[in-house]
Amino acid sequence: MGDLNVEAVERYRNNFLKEVEERVEEGHWVKMCMQCGVCSGSCPFGPHWAHPPQELFMMIRAGRREEVLTSDSMWMCTSCYNCVVRCPRQLPITQIMHGLATYAHRLGLAPKNQPTRKFSVLFWNNCTRTGRVNELKLTLGLYFSDGFIAGIKKAWALRHIGLGLLLAKRLNPFELIKGHGCKDKKGIHAMLKKAYEIENRRKGFSS
Amino acid sequence: MSEMKAAAYICRGCGIGERVDTAQMAKIAQKEGKMQLVREHDFLCSAEGVKVIRDDIEKEGVTHLVIAACSRRAKTEAFHFPTVAVARANIREGVIWSQPEDEEQREVRQEMADDYVRMACAEVKKMKQPAGNPNVGHSKRLLVVGGGVSGMTAAREASKAGYQVTLVEKTGALGGWAARLWRRVPDREPYRDPIDTGVQQLIESIQQDPNIEVRLNSVVASTSGAPGRFTVKIATESGDCVSDEFGAIVQATGFTTYDIAKLPELGGGKSPNVVDQAGLEKLALEAAENGQPIRRPSDGAEVKTVVFIQCAGQRDDTGKHLPYCSGHCCATSIKQAMYFKDANPDVDTVVIYTDLRVPGNGEDFYRSGQAKGVTFTKGKVSGVEVDGGRCKVNFHDLILDDKNAHVEADLVVLATGQVPVSGVDIEKHQDMPEEQRKAISVLNLQYRQGPDLPQLKYGFTDSHFICFPYETRRTGIYAAGPVRRPMDIAQALEDATGAALKAIQAMENAGLGRAAHPRSGDLSYPIVRLDGCTQCKRCTVECPFGAIDEDEKRYPVFNESRCRRCGTCMGACPVRVISFENYSVDTVGAQIKAVDIPDEFSEKPRILVLACENDAYPALDMAGMGRHHYSPFVRVIPVRCLGSVNTIWVTDALNAGYDGVMLMGCKHGEDYQCHFVKGSELATYRMSKIDDTLKQLALETERVASYEVAITDIARVPQLINDYVAKINEIGLSPMKGFG
Ligand code: SF4
Ligand code: SF4
Ligand code: SF4
Ligand code: SF4
Repeated sequence: MGDLNVEAVERYRNNFLKEVEERVEEGHWVKMCMQCGVCSGSCPFGPHWAHPPQELFMMIRAGRREEVLTSDSMWMCTSCYNCVVRCPRQLPITQIMHGLATYAHRLGLAPKNQPTRKFSVLFWNNCTRTGRVNELKLTLGLYFSDGFIAGIKKAWALRHIGLGLLLAKRLNPFELIKGHGCKDKKGIHAMLKKAYEIENRRKGFSS
Repeated sequence: MSEMKAAAYICRGCGIGERVDTAQMAKIAQKEGKMQLVREHDFLCSAEGVKVIRDDIEKEGVTHLVIAACSRRAKTEAFHFPTVAVARANIREGVIWSQPEDEEQREVRQEMADDYVRMACAEVKKMKQPAGNPNVGHSKRLLVVGGGVSGMTAAREASKAGYQVTLVEKTGALGGWAARLWRRVPDREPYRDPIDTGVQQLIESIQQDPNIEVRLNSVVASTSGAPGRFTVKIATESGDCVSDEFGAIVQATGFTTYDIAKLPELGGGKSPNVVDQAGLEKLALEAAENGQPIRRPSDGAEVKTVVFIQCAGQRDDTGKHLPYCSGHCCATSIKQAMYFKDANPDVDTVVIYTDLRVPGNGEDFYRSGQAKGVTFTKGKVSGVEVDGGRCKVNFHDLILDDKNAHVEADLVVLATGQVPVSGVDIEKHQDMPEEQRKAISVLNLQYRQGPDLPQLKYGFTDSHFICFPYETRRTGIYAAGPVRRPMDIAQALEDATGAALKAIQAMENAGLGRAAHPRSGDLSYPIVRLDGCTQCKRCTVECPFGAIDEDEKRYPVFNESRCRRCGTCMGACPVRVISFENYSVDTVGAQIKAVDIPDEFSEKPRILVLACENDAYPALDMAGMGRHHYSPFVRVIPVRCLGSVNTIWVTDALNAGYDGVMLMGCKHGEDYQCHFVKGSELATYRMSKIDDTLKQLALETERVASYEVAITDIARVPQLINDYVAKINEIGLSPMKGFG
């Protein structure tokens, strides 16, 4: 992944806007932002992150590649779509935020310990492995992501909820051992592989 | 005036008959008003009612009419009797609609109606039917000064309307600034790309137009006369001079660019790679001729990055540069950035702005610029460092709050804006030391008040922005294009068309001896009894329109066709020798004296309201229509402009026992609304001097009060009246009653 980054830096030189335009989902919209600030003002989380969308877009134009891609701001988006609804230029801001996050992740620049990123990776792997989400494994994975002791502590703290789910038959302990899959797991894997190929080709990734 | 026969007609329609006693009013018209003929009618403005009046004029030889019905602003077509003098008593809007309907109020309501009848009868006998200004010229030829887009458009439009035009241009070619552009900002859908300027076609159409005579390398050496008969000397470079007569003039002298050498901090004048927008057009034209991309002027190198700095020396609040926004430069920079992007999308084009102002469809053009990849950066440029071929633009990035942001550029374009070419600032000119009077006059008016059009702000020619945008304070002379306010080509086209049509209107009105706006069609004009004149020059100085010159003996010389009929001169004249046939010190004075003043024990005050007919009087009428009631103790007299109010009226009123005088005029000062520009201001000034008179009469200063009233103040005017009446009740009725 590091190689991918080096390659991008080489290819786009100083032109980060162009890089975003070509490689980030909906990235070609960034140049259309007119800096009105409506998105930042509408975002319920705006005041809590380093760079609200308006600012991120300006940073992209100013060529601040490193700062943008290592930022955790785009990971803070909750997909509430407030900004998209209000943007007078009709930018798909939410999508761009997620696009930027994904791109940073692919380049290996995304902050490693950003909780949203960690959860996303866990979720994605869990879901693509068998073709469906295994809630028990996902939960345990989340609990123990900070180490064994921390995981035990978390599990203990939330034991009543777990027990409740168990009694209500919303949680099956045997899922831990086998877990049920879905039809044509291979087909799903092939489909995802193909999707990657197409995306790579379209966005000009070499791998 | 032996043959005067006066008749009064009292209408009972519109509810007048139910709310007031018309029979009593008829009696008053006959006994006190001394009308020879008095008739009541149930529906006076009906065809049948009008016929009664018309028959009386024809068969009975009636020469003076009083119509006691609706406001003088209503039914003007029905009550149009051009051969006789007409006075109108406003019983509908002014009494029955503005007063409560209940029986209790009957007495005071009736007093109001009776007084309005008395006033109209008194007024009409002092009036004459105006016959029109005898001193008219009939030239219908238009002079256009300036051969740019505005001037050429004005000439074209006038020609298309069937008028002969002379177009004077000081340089050797038509086209002005627009001819020096490579492309212009688009004026139609889809507002995406710069388009051809169209100036060549315009020039050709002018050259082929048999109605238009073009005089290049020429300037106006002198202008005298009035609408319909301007005599203009046109001087050519070689020194030849021709004299011609014109009916009206359009001044379209455009603008110059702000000198970039005054912006050294932005690199102005320090490197050939720092240009203004006009400079960039020059580069673009040269490049297009050679079929080459735009090159860096210093060494002909390729341009990889170009930075546009908006508001360079504009919207400046330090007082060093232009304080205003020129309105077109944002779109112009977008257009120029497209010159580069369209030729090569890899060129970096950065527009640094604090506010991007792209009014109207400019927004689409801006969006198109963004789609083409022009970068817009919100920032404040602190300076441009010039080093060899490169320029470093330092700025404060306002979004990222980065004070040390910078861009390296091959070329820097400064958006410096427009400075009007409006000639001599006549107001400043007089107090300027001789050596500073560098400005060269454009029109060289042989007017007593100075050689050029009066200026409003920042050197742009004056105009009433809301009501008469093309007008100037010199009747028959219209300003068009960027000399009037900063603008782009699209706006200049519209502006020039408007000015041409206004000029035509002025010529036509002048030929008929009638007034131009706002009293368009008025046949009255100021008549001066020179044997009483003391040569005090107040009228010549105060006329807002420069209509009055002076002869060798320093007597005033009125140029009736320049006059707008505001009456400011009449209000100014201390010996009251200026008047109009249908509006004079006497017509108003007679109305004031005709009001029946109750004695001091009646507890009924009388307040005189002198209301400007352009705003305050309509507002009062509309207050009546909206049934906003006001005190029955006021008596309202419309005046042409507060400027026409002669202090004698106020003194007369106070002497006669009125308890207070309210003057209602338009807003004055910097963003004035006064239709006659200076009238309401002069009135307020004159009234400030009336305090002495009040003191002599041992009266309180509150007894005379001035108000600024707009036509929209429909609910406010009744409130002003009621508050004032309450105040008068507080200070007590006038001690002058019974002495008058
Ligand atoms: S609301 Fe849209 S145009 Fe405005 S700053 Fe945000 S993204 Fe840009
Ligand atoms: S969608 Fe994301 S960026 Fe937009 S307002 Fe919601 S949280 Fe903020
Ligand atoms: S002051 Fe008014 S009425 Fe008098 S000459 Fe001037 S424009 Fe005419
Ligand atoms: S204001 Fe009256 S007295 Fe003075 S110069 Fe004019 S006309 Fe004569």
